Amino acid sequence: MLEEFWFVLVAVLWVGFFVLEGFDFGVAALLPVIGGNDETDRRAVLGTIGPVWDANEVWLLTAGGAMFAAFPEWYASLFSGMYLALFLVLFSLIIRGVSLEYRGKASSAAGRAWCDRGIVIGGALPALLFGVAFANMVRGLEMTPEHDVTGGFLALLNPYALLGGVTMLLLCVLHGAVFLTLKTRGAVRSRARNVTRSLAAPTLVAFAAFVVWTVAVRGGIAGAAVGAAALLALGFAVLAWFGERDGLAFAGTAGAMALLVASWFAALYPDVLPARGMPDNSLTINAAASGHYTLTVMTWVAVLFTPVVLGYQAWSYWIFRRRLVGADLADLAGSHETG
Amino acid sequence: MATDMSHETIARWQFAITTVYHFLFVPLTIGLSLLVAVMQTVWNRTGNVEWLRLTRFWGKLMLINFAMGIVTGIVQEFQFGMNWSDYSRFVGDVFGAPLAMEALIAFFLESTFLGLWIFGWDRLPRNVHLATIWLASLGTVISAYFILAANSWMQHPVGYRINPDTGHAELTSIWQVLTNPTQLVTFPHVLAASLLTGGAVIVGLSCWHLRRGQQVELHGRAVRLGLVVCAVASVGVMASGHFQGQVMTRQQPMKMASAEALWETERGAGLSLFAYGDVSHGENKIDIKVPRLLSFMATNSFSGTVRGVNDVQAAEAAQYGPGDYTPVMGITFWNFRAMMGLGAVYFGLAMLGLFRMRGGHLPGGRYLLPAFVWASALPYLANTAGWIFTEMGRQPWAVFGLLRTSDAVSPGVSTTAVIATLAGFTVIYGTLAAVALRLFLHHGRHEIPALSPNVTVGGRSQPGGALPSLAY
Ligand code: HDD
Ligand code: HEM
Ligand code: HEM
Repeated sequence: MLEEFWFVLVAVLWVGFFVLEGFDFGVAALLPVIGGNDETDRRAVLGTIGPVWDANEVWLLTAGGAMFAAFPEWYASLFSGMYLALFLVLFSLIIRGVSLEYRGKASSAAGRAWCDRGIVIGGALPALLFGVAFANMVRGLEMTPEHDVTGGFLALLNPYALLGGVTMLLLCVLHGAVFLTLKTRGAVRSRARNVTRSLAAPTLVAFAAFVVWTVAVRGGIAGAAVGAAALLALGFAVLAWFGERDGLAFAGTAGAMALLVASWFAALYPDVLPARGMPDNSLTINAAASGHYTLTVMTWVAVLFTPVVLGYQAWSYWIFRRRLVGADLADLAGSHETG
Repeated sequence: MATDMSHETIARWQFAITTVYHFLFVPLTIGLSLLVAVMQTVWNRTGNVEWLRLTRFWGKLMLINFAMGIVTGIVQEFQFGMNWSDYSRFVGDVFGAPLAMEALIAFFLESTFLGLWIFGWDRLPRNVHLATIWLASLGTVISAYFILAANSWMQHPVGYRINPDTGHAELTSIWQVLTNPTQLVTFPHVLAASLLTGGAVIVGLSCWHLRRGQQVELHGRAVRLGLVVCAVASVGVMASGHFQGQVMTRQQPMKMASAEALWETERGAGLSLFAYGDVSHGENKIDIKVPRLLSFMATNSFSGTVRGVNDVQAAEAAQYGPGDYTPVMGITFWNFRAMMGLGAVYFGLAMLGLFRMRGGHLPGGRYLLPAFVWASALPYLANTAGWIFTEMGRQPWAVFGLLRTSDAVSPGVSTTAVIATLAGFTVIYGTLAAVALRLFLHHGRHEIPALSPNVTVGGRSQPGGALPSLAY
């Protein structure tokens, strides 16, 4: 019972991560496209995620920490099993963090250009890799009875997982473009709308294909139902975009992301890590879970602190709710040169 | 499950390199975020804009360092699963809890309020804005508490039982884990070390400016603040270190014996200053000692008994089975000395600086200013030496008495893969070190800009200027 609760909680943390970092990844990947060649526009683009990206990344750390505490076997098998893929994720997140934070402090245009490259790579690559990694988790990995993964890196690059990666990348970029539409005005916003227009169709197609393929791979009513709902949410987002309802469109892409991630966990249940080809070696929720006492303690911690965290995070989004335009930042950019 | 030696060795190198690297940035973040909060508070209370200028100058340097702390921390969080999967399986039930709490309770606090601080200068009321830096600083301290509790559990496991079915450790009391006696002495020690690091960097850079006669009045303020912090913190590391030594002698006698190259059990043992010995015969050829000091440090009594390596080795072999329970003596011995020696040197310097500052003077002179500039490196060396001693002194255990390091590595990960990631981390960490250092020095050498009128700070118009430079 407590085990199931924690399975849901881990799923919720990953959902939070993908919904929030999803737009950070998208905005970062779109920097040169939507920021154009104008420095102040680029600053406006980055200004939308500047105050929040780090806190959004903490959802990843919390999801990882929660897996470690509640399902040590899952944490150990998954992260050692996807060793090189995870290294690439870490690598790109390092590049992203440093580039975002150092861009405004760089002393030369060349330094800023390097940071811009880092930001694009650090936005696009993790989105792609997380898609591949989660698709593989749903599809199952080859494992020993001790749950040590055998396949190696190349086994992760199967067509289904690659489609998962592409879908996640497209979805993050779309989510980011819609976020920018919501958070900016002027030239930046109209470029963000253009990106959304050209990406909507390919994203819908990839998304639909991936949802159908997931059902084929894992079966299961629950996963299929949630996947279908995700598809509807994406359709809703596109409609809202046509009506220039920025808030609703963003709710749509956020919902699509949330439901897509939820559908993976629904498809996994009651396993946390299915073994490919040898169902007996699969790691189930119960086999992976920590003891009752640990789960009880962690439940109390989660119940007490999650509302507080959500409260101040919401407050921080409220403080930075204003839409940005490049021109707003022009004088700030000027004064920066002297500082 | 024993894996081949090279896999274990490379995984250990990787852990050591990435963690020592992470801890180059951590203490400065902890120390500086607190001191920047203090500076901003002084500005807030007195309205003296000089302190606002200092807040912003040091705030920017703090952020440059913080970014490195964050990106290297992510690696730490996932490394347990990647390289140490059998370790994670064994300890996850106990060890995962403080880690998850750290993320939920500390990292969210730290990152959210830091974002609000950086971007909130013109959006938040002055007092609320001040509160954001205090909360971010609190976050760094809470984070240190939880991660050190996790580490203390590896030094001295408490509040657990071994599940007979799985053979894994299982939590029985979170309270005992969070109030582990090891933790209660380690946390103050690391906090004091962090303050010393922050203070020494402030003193060092400010003295660099003083030496060139740049903005003497402004940097002089920072030097005074920094020196007081250094003096208090260096007393703090020595005092807490003393208690740590006692706890360690009880809990990990082998670590103390090897830290002192004390081969035979002794009453009234002396503190070794220099030793050169022959490990294979278990004896020292040269050993210069301060009489009875070790016994005092370890037991609070000048005639107390300190157990020697040969004794403990025999006792542990009897308890845990045949094997070598002695860590690499050269490493423990010299790192322990380096840490204590550097702490003592900095204590002396800080006292000298305070002495020169009597009557409102600034420290000056041909030797003292350059000495302070160079001395900002000392806490870094001491921190590194302290961790290497703590972690290597625990060997061959990953979890003392419960799990050997050789049984902790990931069985499913190939040696080639570990070599590849080790190379990858080395390259990227090396590059980033150069970038971060350059950026730090670039901004650190700058004059602190004057404040131009009409920039909003704290929601109202204040003398300001160059404010958004903290943001992007
Ligand atoms: C005594 C303090 C201390 C120690 C021993 C460690 N850390 Fe650390 N860590 C911090 C103190 C800290 C900090 C002060 O809270 C940092 C440094 C800069 C920062 O942003 O937060 C941080 C950052 C930081 C982050 C990024 C947080 C963010 O995005 O805001 C992670 C995931 C970790 N650490 C994880 C670890 C792990 C798994 C460690 C164990 C090997 C570890 N740290 C050792
Ligand atoms: C940031 C400060 C720290 C430093 C500089 C540090 C340093 C080291 C070093 C040098 C080793 C290698 C020891 C060897 O190979 O002989 C090591 C091992 C290890 N440490 Fe730490 N450590 C730190 C903090 C921590 C913390 C906070 C934890 C746990 C929460 C931890 C857990 C481990 C583990 C799991 C290993 C690998 C197993 C082993 O080699 O014993 N360390 N550390
Ligand atoms: C001068 C007197 C000092 C004494 C007597 C002392 C004592 C100790 C002892 C006994 C330990 C090992 C604890 C264990 O393994 O259980 C330790 C660890 C450590 N020391 Fe010191 N220390 C001193 C100075 C310093 C200084 C100046 C710094 C840094 C600025 C420092 C930083 C550390 C760190 C980071 C660790 C590793 C973490 C820990 O186990 O607390 N120490 N110290």
